[in-house]
Amino acid sequence: MSAAETRPSGFDASNRHHTLRLAQWTGAWLITVALAVFGAEFLWDGNVTLSVLAISLQIAVGAGMILANKRHLLNLDELQQRIQLEAMAITLGITLIAGIAYSSLDIVNVIASDAEISYLVMLMGITYLVSLLFVRRRYL
Amino acid sequence: MKNRLKVLRAERDWTQAQLASALEVSRQTVNAIETGKFDPSLTLAFRVARLFDMSIEAIFDDGEDAGAA
Repeated sequence: MSAAETRPSGFDASNRHHTLRLAQWTGAWLITVALAVFGAEFLWDGNVTLSVLAISLQIAVGAGMILANKRHLLNLDELQQRIQLEAMAITLGITLIAGIAYSSLDIVNVIASDAEISYLVMLMGITYLVSLLFVRRRYL
Repeated sequence: MKNRLKVLRAERDWTQAQLASALEVSRQTVNAIETGKFDPSLTLAFRVARLFDMSIEAIFDDGEDAGAA
């Protein structure tokens, strides 16, 4: 195999491209979330039409992020896809069980405050990252 | 499943990164196959066999006796 073949392969380049695209879409989606939430308070003083437009934009960019994530996953090789599948399965399971338990605690008034979806999103993110690290280690 | 990937790669003096590049997979995947932690799909097994110009059975061994009924 020649020295030229030690350069990043088409697979690596394609991987980088799709990862970068996913990061860009995620960043754009975060900006639209911030715009919808803080815009109503600081930019358009609660104007309902502008808020609906901002949330519509948030959903549209979110759809783009989903498609970018799908392309990113399909571009991975079979081991990486398996790692992602296992990490997502763990995340889905833990989020579902913890989410329903958290909601039940709220319904039966065991916790003082209302159940907040943001806690669930944080749990989802942390679970995904930790399970990804653990599953990856198994194949090292 | 056992395989001869590491031996075949060493015979050709290729690195894992070079083999991964030729197979269009990540280096981690090559390493996981070599260490027996991951069994490749039939598609990838065919790609490996074509690269080394050998049959799949000459590279991968599922431990089953071919003569067994």
